Amino acid sequence: MSLQFLADGLFAGALIGLGAVGLTLTYSILRFSNFTHGDFISWGAYLALGVVSALTGWIGPAARFMPFSFGWPLIVGGLFAMALTGLLALALDAALFKPLRRTGHGIVMVIASFGASLALRAMLEFLFTSEPAYFSRAIQIAIPIGFGIRVTPDQAAMMGLALVVVIAMHLLLTRTHIGRSMRAVSENPALARVVGIDVAAVIRATWLIGGALACVSGIMLGLTVQIRPQMGFDLLLPLFAAAILGGIGSVWGAIIGGLIVGIAEAGAVQVIGSEYRSAVAFVLLIAMLLVRPRGLFGVREG
Amino acid sequence: MTAPVALVARDIEAGYEPGLPIVKGATITVGHGEIVALLGPNGAGKSTLMKAIAGLVPISRGAVLLGDVDITRTAAHRMVRRGLAFVPQTENVFTTMSVEENLVLAGHIAPAGTRAARVAAMLALFPDLARQRRLAAGRLSGGQRQMLAVARALMIEPSVLMLDEPSAGLSPKLVGEVFAKLSEIRASGVTILLVEQNARAALAIADRAYILADGRNRHEGAAAALAADPDIAAHYLGLGGADAGVGGRIAP
Repeated sequence: MSLQFLADGLFAGALIGLGAVGLTLTYSILRFSNFTHGDFISWGAYLALGVVSALTGWIGPAARFMPFSFGWPLIVGGLFAMALTGLLALALDAALFKPLRRTGHGIVMVIASFGASLALRAMLEFLFTSEPAYFSRAIQIAIPIGFGIRVTPDQAAMMGLALVVVIAMHLLLTRTHIGRSMRAVSENPALARVVGIDVAAVIRATWLIGGALACVSGIMLGLTVQIRPQMGFDLLLPLFAAAILGGIGSVWGAIIGGLIVGIAEAGAVQVIGSEYRSAVAFVLLIAMLLVRPRGLFGVREG
Repeated sequence: MTAPVALVARDIEAGYEPGLPIVKGATITVGHGEIVALLGPNGAGKSTLMKAIAGLVPISRGAVLLGDVDITRTAAHRMVRRGLAFVPQTENVFTTMSVEENLVLAGHIAPAGTRAARVAAMLALFPDLARQRRLAAGRLSGGQRQMLAVARALMIEPSVLMLDEPSAGLSPKLVGEVFAKLSEIRASGVTILLVEQNARAALAIADRAYILADGRNRHEGAAAALAADPDIAAHYLGLGGADAGVGGRIAP
Protein backbone atom coordinates (compact mmCIF):
# COMPACT_ATOMS: atom_id res chain seq x y z
CA MET A 1 0.00 0.00 0.00
CA SER A 2 1.38 3.39 -1.01
CA LEU A 3 1.87 6.06 1.61
CA GLN A 4 0.60 8.65 -0.83
CA PHE A 5 -2.73 8.64 1.03
CA LEU A 6 -0.98 10.22 4.01
CA ALA A 7 0.12 13.26 1.99
CA ASP A 8 -3.27 13.54 0.29
CA GLY A 9 -5.03 13.15 3.62
CA LEU A 10 -2.85 15.76 5.34
CA PHE A 11 -3.55 18.23 2.56
CA ALA A 12 -7.31 17.59 2.56
CA GLY A 13 -7.19 17.69 6.34
CA ALA A 14 -5.46 21.09 6.47
CA LEU A 15 -8.12 22.45 4.13
CA ILE A 16 -10.95 20.94 6.19
CA GLY A 17 -9.28 22.15 9.38
CA LEU A 18 -9.09 25.77 8.21
CA GLY A 19 -12.78 25.69 7.30
CA ALA A 20 -13.58 24.05 10.62
CA VAL A 21 -11.75 26.78 12.57
CA GLY A 22 -14.21 29.36 11.23
CA LEU A 23 -17.12 27.02 11.89
CA THR A 24 -16.05 26.28 15.45
CA LEU A 25 -15.61 30.00 16.21
CA THR A 26 -19.04 30.98 14.89
CA TYR A 27 -20.59 27.97 16.62
CA SER A 28 -19.11 28.75 20.02
CA ILE A 29 -19.73 32.50 19.91
CA LEU A 30 -23.10 32.64 18.13
CA ARG A 31 -24.32 29.28 19.44
CA PHE A 32 -25.78 27.78 16.31
CA SER A 33 -24.65 25.42 13.53
CA ASN A 34 -24.06 27.67 10.57
CA PHE A 35 -24.79 25.76 7.36
CA THR A 36 -23.76 28.71 5.20
CA HIS A 37 -20.13 28.21 6.23
CA GLY A 38 -19.59 25.80 3.33
CA ASP A 39 -20.95 28.39 0.93
CA PHE A 40 -18.57 31.01 2.32
CA ILE A 41 -15.84 28.61 1.12
CA SER A 42 -17.32 28.50 -2.40
CA TRP A 43 -17.90 32.26 -2.44
CA GLY A 44 -14.36 32.82 -1.22
CA ALA A 45 -12.97 30.82 -4.15
CA TYR A 46 -15.19 32.58 -6.72
CA LEU A 47 -14.47 36.02 -5.25
CA ALA A 48 -10.73 35.29 -5.48
CA LEU A 49 -11.22 34.09 -9.06
CA GLY A 50 -13.16 37.25 -9.85
CA VAL A 51 -10.49 39.56 -8.44
CA VAL A 52 -7.71 37.59 -10.21
CA SER A 53 -9.56 37.80 -13.56
CA ALA A 54 -10.17 41.50 -13.08
CA LEU A 55 -6.49 42.11 -12.22
CA THR A 56 -5.11 40.12 -15.17
CA GLY A 57 -7.71 41.63 -17.48
CA TRP A 58 -6.64 45.09 -16.40
CA ILE A 59 -2.85 44.71 -16.25
CA GLY A 60 -2.35 41.71 -18.50
CA PRO A 61 -1.10 38.23 -17.61
CA ALA A 62 1.48 38.10 -14.86
CA ALA A 63 4.46 35.79 -14.55
CA ARG A 64 4.08 32.69 -12.40
CA PHE A 65 6.17 32.15 -9.30
CA MET A 66 8.00 29.05 -10.53
CA PRO A 67 7.47 26.22 -9.72
CA PHE A 68 3.97 27.23 -8.60
CA SER A 69 0.96 27.63 -10.88
CA PHE A 70 0.15 31.12 -9.59
CA GLY A 71 1.70 34.57 -9.54
CA TRP A 72 1.11 37.77 -7.60
CA PRO A 73 -2.49 38.29 -8.86
CA LEU A 74 -3.63 35.30 -6.78
CA ILE A 75 -1.89 36.67 -3.67
CA VAL A 76 -3.48 40.10 -4.08
CA GLY A 77 -6.78 38.56 -5.19
CA GLY A 78 -6.71 36.18 -2.23
CA LEU A 79 -6.24 38.99 0.27
CA PHE A 80 -9.05 41.00 -1.34
CA ALA A 81 -11.29 37.94 -1.45
CA MET A 82 -10.65 37.21 2.24
CA ALA A 83 -11.87 40.70 3.12
CA LEU A 84 -14.84 40.39 0.74
CA THR A 85 -15.87 36.98 2.12
CA GLY A 86 -15.67 38.40 5.63
CA LEU A 87 -17.89 41.28 4.53
CA LEU A 88 -20.30 38.81 2.90
CA ALA A 89 -20.60 36.96 6.22
CA LEU A 90 -21.09 40.26 8.03
CA ALA A 91 -23.77 41.36 5.56
CA LEU A 92 -25.61 38.04 5.91
CA ASP A 93 -25.51 38.43 9.68
CA ALA A 94 -26.91 41.97 9.52
CA ALA A 95 -29.68 40.99 7.10
CA LEU A 96 -30.66 37.59 8.49
CA PHE A 97 -29.08 36.31 11.70
CA LYS A 98 -29.05 39.50 13.77
CA PRO A 99 -32.84 40.00 13.60
CA LEU A 100 -33.36 36.29 14.36
CA ARG A 101 -30.95 36.33 17.35
CA ARG A 102 -33.47 38.50 19.21
CA THR A 103 -36.00 35.66 19.10
CA GLY A 104 -33.48 33.58 21.02
CA HIS A 105 -34.23 30.28 19.28
CA GLY A 106 -31.13 28.44 18.08
CA ILE A 107 -33.08 26.13 15.81
CA VAL A 108 -34.58 29.09 13.90
CA MET A 109 -31.02 30.26 13.18
CA VAL A 110 -29.99 26.80 11.94
CA ILE A 111 -32.97 26.56 9.56
CA ALA A 112 -32.38 30.13 8.36
CA SER A 113 -28.73 29.32 7.67
CA PHE A 114 -29.84 26.29 5.67
CA GLY A 115 -32.07 28.52 3.54
CA ALA A 116 -29.33 31.11 3.12
CA SER A 117 -26.95 28.33 2.09
CA LEU A 118 -29.29 27.27 -0.74
CA ALA A 119 -29.67 30.89 -1.85
CA LEU A 120 -25.91 31.57 -1.82
CA ARG A 121 -25.24 28.43 -3.87
CA ALA A 122 -28.00 29.24 -6.38
CA MET A 123 -26.54 32.73 -6.81
CA LEU A 124 -23.13 31.24 -7.65
CA GLU A 125 -24.70 28.86 -10.19
CA PHE A 126 -26.57 31.78 -11.71
CA LEU A 127 -23.48 34.00 -11.90
CA PHE A 128 -20.85 31.43 -12.88
CA THR A 129 -22.86 28.35 -14.08
CA SER A 130 -22.18 24.98 -12.48
CA GLU A 131 -19.30 24.27 -14.90
CA PRO A 132 -16.03 23.94 -12.98
CA ALA A 133 -13.63 26.90 -13.13
CA TYR A 134 -9.85 27.01 -12.51
CA PHE A 135 -7.36 29.54 -11.21
CA SER A 136 -4.84 28.18 -13.69
CA ARG A 137 -4.72 25.56 -16.41
CA ALA A 138 -1.02 25.04 -15.84
CA ILE A 139 -0.06 21.40 -15.32
CA GLN A 140 1.66 20.78 -12.01
CA ILE A 141 4.33 18.10 -11.84
CA ALA A 142 4.21 16.28 -8.51
CA ILE A 143 7.65 16.05 -6.93
CA PRO A 144 8.70 12.86 -5.12
CA ILE A 145 9.65 13.56 -1.51
CA GLY A 146 10.50 10.00 -0.44
CA PHE A 147 8.56 6.97 0.85
CA GLY A 148 6.76 6.87 -2.51
CA ILE A 149 4.97 10.14 -1.75
CA ARG A 150 4.56 12.86 -4.36
CA VAL A 151 3.45 16.43 -3.68
CA THR A 152 2.79 19.25 -6.13
CA PRO A 153 4.45 22.62 -5.43
CA ASP A 154 1.00 24.21 -5.04
CA GLN A 155 0.04 21.66 -2.40
CA ALA A 156 3.24 22.35 -0.49
CA ALA A 157 2.66 26.10 -0.65
CA MET A 158 -0.92 25.72 0.56
CA MET A 159 0.19 23.52 3.47
CA GLY A 160 2.63 26.25 4.47
CA LEU A 161 -0.13 28.85 4.18
CA ALA A 162 -2.45 26.75 6.36
CA LEU A 163 0.23 26.48 9.03
CA VAL A 164 0.84 30.25 8.99
CA VAL A 165 -2.90 30.95 9.26
CA VAL A 166 -3.35 28.57 12.21
CA ILE A 167 -0.40 30.06 14.11
CA ALA A 168 -1.77 33.54 13.41
CA MET A 169 -5.16 32.45 14.78
CA HIS A 170 -3.53 31.00 17.87
CA LEU A 171 -1.66 34.25 18.53
CA LEU A 172 -4.82 36.27 17.90
CA LEU A 173 -6.81 34.28 20.45
CA THR A 174 -4.13 34.23 23.15
CA ARG A 175 -2.29 37.55 22.76
CA THR A 176 -4.79 40.16 21.58
CA HIS A 177 -7.71 41.82 23.27
CA ILE A 178 -10.16 40.93 20.50
CA GLY A 179 -9.05 37.28 20.67
CA ARG A 180 -9.41 37.10 24.45
CA SER A 181 -12.79 38.82 24.10
CA MET A 182 -13.89 36.14 21.62
CA ARG A 183 -12.91 33.42 24.10
CA ALA A 184 -14.70 35.31 26.87
CA VAL A 185 -17.94 35.63 24.89
CA SER A 186 -17.81 31.97 23.87
CA GLU A 187 -17.52 30.91 27.52
CA ASN A 188 -19.88 33.34 29.23
CA PRO A 189 -21.56 36.18 27.27
CA ALA A 190 -23.19 37.70 30.38
CA LEU A 191 -19.89 37.94 32.26
CA ALA A 192 -18.25 39.29 29.10
CA ARG A 193 -20.65 42.26 29.19
CA VAL A 194 -19.94 42.76 32.89
CA VAL A 195 -16.20 43.07 32.24
CA GLY A 196 -16.85 45.66 29.55
CA ILE A 197 -16.75 43.63 26.33
CA ASP A 198 -18.98 44.85 23.51
CA VAL A 199 -20.54 41.53 22.49
CA ALA A 200 -21.92 42.96 19.23
CA ALA A 201 -18.40 43.99 18.18
CA VAL A 202 -17.07 40.53 19.03
CA ILE A 203 -19.78 38.94 16.89
CA ARG A 204 -18.82 41.19 13.97
CA ALA A 205 -15.15 40.26 14.37
CA THR A 206 -16.10 36.58 14.45
CA TRP A 207 -17.96 36.79 11.14
CA LEU A 208 -15.09 38.69 9.50
CA ILE A 209 -12.50 36.17 10.68
CA GLY A 210 -14.70 33.12 9.95
CA GLY A 211 -15.42 34.40 6.43
CA ALA A 212 -11.74 35.16 5.75
CA LEU A 213 -10.69 31.67 6.90
CA ALA A 214 -13.41 30.07 4.76
CA CYS A 215 -12.03 32.01 1.80
CA VAL A 216 -8.54 30.59 2.41
CA SER A 217 -9.95 27.04 2.35
CA GLY A 218 -11.83 27.88 -0.83
CA ILE A 219 -8.65 29.10 -2.53
CA MET A 220 -6.73 26.00 -1.36
CA LEU A 221 -9.40 23.75 -2.80
CA GLY A 222 -9.79 25.81 -5.97
CA LEU A 223 -6.07 25.86 -6.64
CA THR A 224 -5.52 22.15 -6.19
CA VAL A 225 -8.80 20.66 -7.46
CA GLN A 226 -11.31 22.97 -9.14
CA ILE A 227 -13.86 25.66 -8.34
CA ARG A 228 -17.53 24.66 -8.35
CA PRO A 229 -20.60 26.26 -6.72
CA GLN A 230 -21.14 22.99 -4.78
CA MET A 231 -17.57 22.70 -3.51
CA GLY A 232 -18.15 24.23 -0.09
CA PHE A 233 -21.47 22.59 0.58
CA ASP A 234 -19.91 19.19 -0.18
CA LEU A 235 -17.34 19.94 2.54
CA LEU A 236 -19.93 20.67 5.19
CA LEU A 237 -20.06 17.21 6.72
CA PRO A 238 -16.25 16.89 7.05
CA LEU A 239 -16.20 20.44 8.49
CA PHE A 240 -18.72 19.61 11.20
CA ALA A 241 -16.99 16.29 11.86
CA ALA A 242 -13.65 18.10 12.31
CA ALA A 243 -15.11 20.83 14.55
CA ILE A 244 -16.93 18.33 16.79
CA LEU A 245 -14.01 15.88 16.83
CA GLY A 246 -11.66 18.62 18.00
CA GLY A 247 -14.15 20.09 20.44
CA ILE A 248 -16.35 23.11 19.73
CA GLY A 249 -14.48 26.35 20.34
CA SER A 250 -10.99 24.88 20.08
CA VAL A 251 -8.86 26.21 17.19
CA TRP A 252 -6.17 23.54 17.50
CA GLY A 253 -8.94 20.96 18.00
CA ALA A 254 -10.53 21.98 14.69
CA ILE A 255 -7.20 21.68 12.87
CA ILE A 256 -6.35 18.30 14.40
CA GLY A 257 -9.95 17.15 13.83
CA GLY A 258 -9.57 18.24 10.21
CA LEU A 259 -6.31 16.29 9.81
CA ILE A 260 -7.90 13.17 11.34
CA VAL A 261 -10.91 13.41 9.03
CA GLY A 262 -8.70 14.10 6.00
CA ILE A 263 -6.33 11.19 6.66
CA ALA A 264 -9.19 8.83 7.58
CA GLU A 265 -11.01 9.66 4.35
CA ALA A 266 -7.89 9.22 2.23
CA GLY A 267 -7.05 5.96 4.01
CA ALA A 268 -10.60 4.67 3.58
CA VAL A 269 -10.33 5.24 -0.16
CA GLN A 270 -7.36 2.87 -0.17
CA VAL A 271 -9.04 0.22 1.93
CA ILE A 272 -12.74 0.22 1.13
CA GLY A 273 -12.94 2.30 -2.03
CA SER A 274 -13.90 5.85 -2.85
CA GLU A 275 -17.68 5.20 -2.79
CA TYR A 276 -17.57 5.28 1.00
CA ARG A 277 -15.28 8.26 1.34
CA SER A 278 -17.93 10.65 2.66
CA ALA A 279 -19.29 8.03 5.07
CA VAL A 280 -15.99 8.15 6.97
CA ALA A 281 -16.55 11.68 8.28
CA PHE A 282 -20.05 10.66 9.32
CA VAL A 283 -18.85 7.57 11.20
CA LEU A 284 -16.15 9.62 12.98
CA LEU A 285 -18.72 12.28 13.89
CA ILE A 286 -21.18 9.77 15.36
CA ALA A 287 -18.46 7.83 17.18
CA MET A 288 -17.16 11.02 18.80
CA LEU A 289 -20.62 12.18 19.81
CA LEU A 290 -21.27 8.80 21.46
CA VAL A 291 -17.92 8.40 23.20
CA ARG A 292 -16.85 11.94 24.07
CA PRO A 293 -19.42 14.56 23.05
CA ARG A 294 -17.22 17.49 24.06
CA GLY A 295 -14.55 16.45 21.56
CA LEU A 296 -10.81 15.99 21.98
CA PHE A 297 -10.03 19.49 23.25
CA GLY A 298 -13.46 20.82 24.12
CA VAL A 299 -14.46 22.09 27.53
CA ARG A 300 -17.60 20.91 29.30
CA GLU A 301 -20.88 22.43 28.13
CA GLY A 302 -22.49 25.24 30.14
CA MET B 1 -16.19 68.91 43.23
CA THR B 2 -17.22 65.46 44.34
CA ALA B 3 -20.84 64.46 44.05
CA PRO B 4 -22.61 64.21 47.39
CA VAL B 5 -23.22 60.50 46.98
CA ALA B 6 -21.49 57.72 45.03
CA LEU B 7 -24.60 55.91 43.81
CA VAL B 8 -28.32 56.59 43.86
CA ALA B 9 -31.03 54.29 42.55
CA ARG B 10 -34.33 56.12 42.84
CA ASP B 11 -37.78 54.49 42.68
CA ILE B 12 -36.53 51.62 40.51
CA GLU B 13 -38.97 49.30 38.82
CA ALA B 14 -37.25 46.47 36.97
CA GLY B 15 -37.81 42.88 35.81
CA TYR B 16 -36.92 40.38 33.11
CA GLU B 17 -40.37 40.36 31.47
CA PRO B 18 -42.26 43.55 30.50
CA GLY B 19 -45.19 44.07 32.86
CA LEU B 20 -43.83 41.63 35.46
CA PRO B 21 -41.58 43.75 37.66
CA ILE B 22 -39.56 42.00 40.37
CA VAL B 23 -38.27 45.26 41.81
CA LYS B 24 -41.35 47.45 42.36
CA GLY B 25 -40.13 50.88 43.36
CA ALA B 26 -36.97 50.51 45.45
CA THR B 27 -34.71 53.40 46.38
CA ILE B 28 -31.17 53.18 47.71
CA THR B 29 -28.39 55.70 48.28
CA VAL B 30 -24.74 54.85 48.79
CA GLY B 31 -22.38 57.53 50.12
CA HIS B 32 -18.72 57.88 49.15
CA GLY B 33 -16.56 55.34 50.94
CA GLU B 34 -19.49 53.52 52.54
CA ILE B 35 -20.23 49.81 52.65
CA VAL B 36 -23.96 49.36 52.19
CA ALA B 37 -25.70 45.99 52.42
CA LEU B 38 -28.92 45.01 50.63
CA LEU B 39 -30.68 42.40 52.72
CA GLY B 40 -34.02 40.67 52.73
CA PRO B 41 -35.72 37.32 52.28
CA ASN B 42 -35.35 35.16 49.15
CA GLY B 43 -37.21 36.66 46.22
CA ALA B 44 -37.17 40.16 47.71
CA GLY B 45 -35.59 41.51 44.53
CA LYS B 46 -32.15 42.34 45.96
CA SER B 47 -30.13 40.67 43.21
CA THR B 48 -32.48 41.90 40.50
CA LEU B 49 -32.07 45.48 41.76
CA MET B 50 -28.30 45.11 41.65
CA LYS B 51 -28.39 43.63 38.14
CA ALA B 52 -30.70 46.45 37.03
CA ILE B 53 -28.18 49.00 38.32
CA ALA B 54 -25.45 47.08 36.42
CA GLY B 55 -27.49 47.35 33.21
CA LEU B 56 -28.24 43.63 32.98
CA VAL B 57 -31.98 43.79 33.76
CA PRO B 58 -34.21 46.34 31.98
CA ILE B 59 -35.37 49.27 34.13
CA SER B 60 -38.96 50.32 33.40
CA ARG B 61 -39.15 53.21 35.88
CA GLY B 62 -36.84 55.29 38.02
CA ALA B 63 -33.29 56.56 37.61
CA VAL B 64 -29.77 55.44 38.52
CA LEU B 65 -27.08 58.04 39.14
CA LEU B 66 -23.41 57.18 39.51
CA GLY B 67 -21.93 60.29 41.10
CA ASP B 68 -23.79 62.90 39.07
CA VAL B 69 -23.94 60.88 35.83
CA ASP B 70 -27.25 59.30 34.82
CA ILE B 71 -26.55 55.65 33.95
CA THR B 72 -30.16 54.43 33.88
CA ARG B 73 -29.99 53.44 30.20
CA THR B 74 -26.25 52.81 29.92
CA ALA B 75 -25.42 49.45 28.27
CA ALA B 76 -23.96 46.86 30.66
CA HIS B 77 -20.62 46.74 28.82
CA ARG B 78 -20.15 50.52 29.23
CA MET B 79 -20.59 50.48 33.02
CA VAL B 80 -16.93 49.66 33.69
CA ARG B 81 -15.90 52.73 31.72
CA ARG B 82 -18.07 54.83 34.02
CA GLY B 83 -16.34 53.29 37.05
CA LEU B 84 -19.03 50.86 38.19
CA ALA B 85 -17.82 47.28 38.73
CA PHE B 86 -20.09 44.29 39.35
CA VAL B 87 -19.24 40.82 40.68
CA PRO B 88 -22.05 38.35 39.84
CA GLN B 89 -22.96 35.65 42.34
CA THR B 90 -22.01 32.64 40.21
CA GLU B 91 -19.95 32.06 37.08
CA ASN B 92 -18.05 35.23 37.88
CA VAL B 93 -14.67 34.27 36.40
CA PHE B 94 -13.71 32.91 32.97
CA THR B 95 -12.91 29.32 33.91
CA THR B 96 -11.04 28.45 30.70
CA MET B 97 -8.65 31.38 31.09
CA SER B 98 -5.74 31.62 33.49
CA VAL B 99 -5.88 33.82 36.58
CA GLU B 100 -3.64 36.33 34.83
CA GLU B 101 -5.69 36.32 31.62
CA ASN B 102 -8.84 37.06 33.61
CA LEU B 103 -7.13 40.13 35.07
CA VAL B 104 -5.60 41.29 31.77
CA LEU B 105 -8.94 40.95 29.98
CA ALA B 106 -10.73 43.01 32.63
CA GLY B 107 -8.02 45.67 32.52
CA HIS B 108 -8.42 46.38 28.80
CA ILE B 109 -10.08 49.75 29.36
CA ALA B 110 -7.15 51.04 31.40
CA PRO B 111 -4.47 53.02 29.49
CA ALA B 112 -2.11 50.52 27.82
CA GLY B 113 0.92 51.58 29.85
CA THR B 114 -0.75 51.03 33.22
CA ARG B 115 -2.22 47.53 32.76
CA ALA B 116 0.81 45.49 33.80
CA ALA B 117 1.20 47.57 36.98
CA ARG B 118 -2.50 47.09 37.71
CA VAL B 119 -2.21 43.28 37.35
CA ALA B 120 0.83 43.33 39.64
CA ALA B 121 -1.09 45.41 42.20
CA MET B 122 -3.96 42.91 42.21
CA LEU B 123 -1.59 39.96 42.59
CA ALA B 124 0.03 41.79 45.52
CA LEU B 125 -3.39 42.39 47.11
CA PHE B 126 -4.30 38.70 46.70
CA PRO B 127 -1.13 36.66 47.31
CA ASP B 128 -3.04 33.38 46.87
CA LEU B 129 -3.78 34.36 43.28
CA ALA B 130 -0.18 35.39 42.62
CA ARG B 131 0.93 31.83 43.41
CA GLN B 132 -1.57 30.47 40.86
CA ARG B 133 -1.39 33.12 38.18
CA ARG B 134 -0.94 30.61 35.35
CA LEU B 135 -3.62 28.20 36.56
CA ALA B 136 -6.95 28.02 34.71
CA ALA B 137 -9.47 29.87 36.86
CA GLY B 138 -11.80 26.86 36.70
CA ARG B 139 -9.33 24.91 38.83
CA LEU B 140 -9.24 27.42 41.69
CA SER B 141 -11.02 26.64 44.97
CA GLY B 142 -14.33 28.40 45.70
CA GLY B 143 -12.71 31.00 47.93
CA GLN B 144 -9.88 31.75 45.50
CA ARG B 145 -12.39 32.03 42.67
CA GLN B 146 -14.35 34.62 44.63
CA MET B 147 -11.10 36.53 45.32
CA LEU B 148 -10.28 36.44 41.60
CA ALA B 149 -13.76 37.77 40.77
CA VAL B 150 -13.18 40.68 43.18
CA ALA B 151 -9.65 41.29 41.84
CA ARG B 152 -11.04 41.24 38.30
CA ALA B 153 -13.62 43.87 39.24
CA LEU B 154 -10.95 46.04 40.90
CA MET B 155 -8.80 46.02 37.73
CA ILE B 156 -10.79 48.99 36.42
CA GLU B 157 -10.20 51.02 39.63
CA PRO B 158 -13.95 51.41 40.15
CA SER B 159 -15.54 54.19 42.16
CA VAL B 160 -18.30 51.78 43.20
CA LEU B 161 -17.92 47.99 43.57
CA MET B 162 -21.13 45.94 43.63
CA LEU B 163 -21.09 42.31 44.80
CA ASP B 164 -23.97 39.85 44.53
CA GLU B 165 -23.73 37.43 47.48
CA PRO B 166 -19.96 37.20 47.82
CA SER B 167 -20.38 34.65 50.63
CA ALA B 168 -22.49 32.18 48.62
CA GLY B 169 -21.18 28.64 48.83
CA LEU B 170 -18.18 29.53 51.00
CA SER B 171 -17.27 28.02 54.38
CA PRO B 172 -17.58 30.33 57.44
CA LYS B 173 -13.80 30.71 57.56
CA LEU B 174 -13.65 31.79 53.89
CA VAL B 175 -16.60 34.14 54.38
CA GLY B 176 -14.53 35.83 57.09
CA GLU B 177 -11.55 36.15 54.74
CA VAL B 178 -13.59 37.56 51.86
CA PHE B 179 -15.32 40.10 54.10
CA ALA B 180 -12.05 41.14 55.72
CA LYS B 181 -10.74 41.78 52.22
CA LEU B 182 -13.78 43.90 51.41
CA SER B 183 -13.12 46.06 54.50
CA GLU B 184 -9.53 46.45 53.32
CA ILE B 185 -10.73 47.49 49.84
CA ARG B 186 -13.12 50.03 51.33
CA ALA B 187 -10.28 51.47 53.36
CA SER B 188 -8.48 52.15 50.07
CA GLY B 189 -11.36 54.41 49.04
CA VAL B 190 -13.71 52.15 47.06
CA THR B 191 -17.42 52.44 47.77
CA ILE B 192 -19.10 49.03 48.19
CA LEU B 193 -22.68 47.86 47.71
CA LEU B 194 -23.37 44.22 48.48
CA VAL B 195 -26.33 41.89 48.34
CA GLU B 196 -26.23 39.21 51.04
CA GLN B 197 -28.23 36.33 52.46
CA ASN B 198 -25.61 36.04 55.17
CA ALA B 199 -26.98 39.02 57.09
CA ARG B 200 -24.78 38.63 60.16
CA ALA B 201 -21.52 38.72 58.18
CA ALA B 202 -22.77 41.60 56.02
CA LEU B 203 -23.95 43.74 58.95
CA ALA B 204 -20.62 43.17 60.68
CA ILE B 205 -18.74 45.09 57.97
CA ALA B 206 -21.48 47.38 56.59
CA ASP B 207 -22.10 50.97 57.66
CA ARG B 208 -25.74 50.93 56.64
CA ALA B 209 -28.21 48.44 55.26
CA TYR B 210 -31.47 48.36 53.36
CA ILE B 211 -33.95 45.56 53.89
CA LEU B 212 -36.08 44.85 50.85
CA ALA B 213 -39.23 42.73 50.75
CA ASP B 214 -41.41 42.06 47.73
CA GLY B 215 -39.37 44.41 45.57
CA ARG B 216 -39.78 47.45 47.86
CA ASN B 217 -37.88 49.15 50.69
CA ARG B 218 -39.00 47.78 54.04
CA HIS B 219 -36.42 49.03 56.54
CA GLU B 220 -33.19 50.93 56.46
CA GLY B 221 -30.69 52.21 58.95
CA ALA B 222 -27.27 51.89 60.49
CA ALA B 223 -26.01 48.32 60.35
CA ALA B 224 -25.50 48.03 64.09
CA ALA B 225 -29.01 49.31 64.84
CA LEU B 226 -30.63 46.87 62.41
CA ALA B 227 -28.66 43.95 63.80
CA ALA B 228 -29.68 44.92 67.33
CA ASP B 229 -33.41 45.21 66.55
CA PRO B 230 -34.87 41.84 67.62
CA ASP B 231 -37.99 42.28 65.52
CA ILE B 232 -36.11 42.92 62.28
CA ALA B 233 -33.55 40.25 63.07
CA ALA B 234 -36.27 37.64 63.53
CA HIS B 235 -38.41 38.64 60.56
CA TYR B 236 -35.96 39.47 57.82
CA LEU B 237 -32.46 38.48 58.68
CA GLY B 238 -32.74 34.91 59.87
CA LEU B 239 -30.89 35.90 63.03
CA GLY B 240 -33.72 35.03 65.41
CA GLY B 241 -33.02 31.43 66.33
CA ALA B 242 -30.06 30.52 68.47
CA ASP B 243 -28.57 28.26 65.78
CA ALA B 244 -29.14 30.48 62.79
CA GLY B 245 -26.23 32.53 61.60
CA VAL B 246 -23.12 32.24 59.54
CA GLY B 247 -23.23 29.13 57.40
CA GLY B 248 -26.59 28.19 58.89
CA ARG B 249 -28.50 28.36 55.64
CA ILE B 250 -28.61 25.96 52.78
CA ALA B 251 -26.77 27.38 49.81
CA PRO B 252 -28.81 27.32 46.60
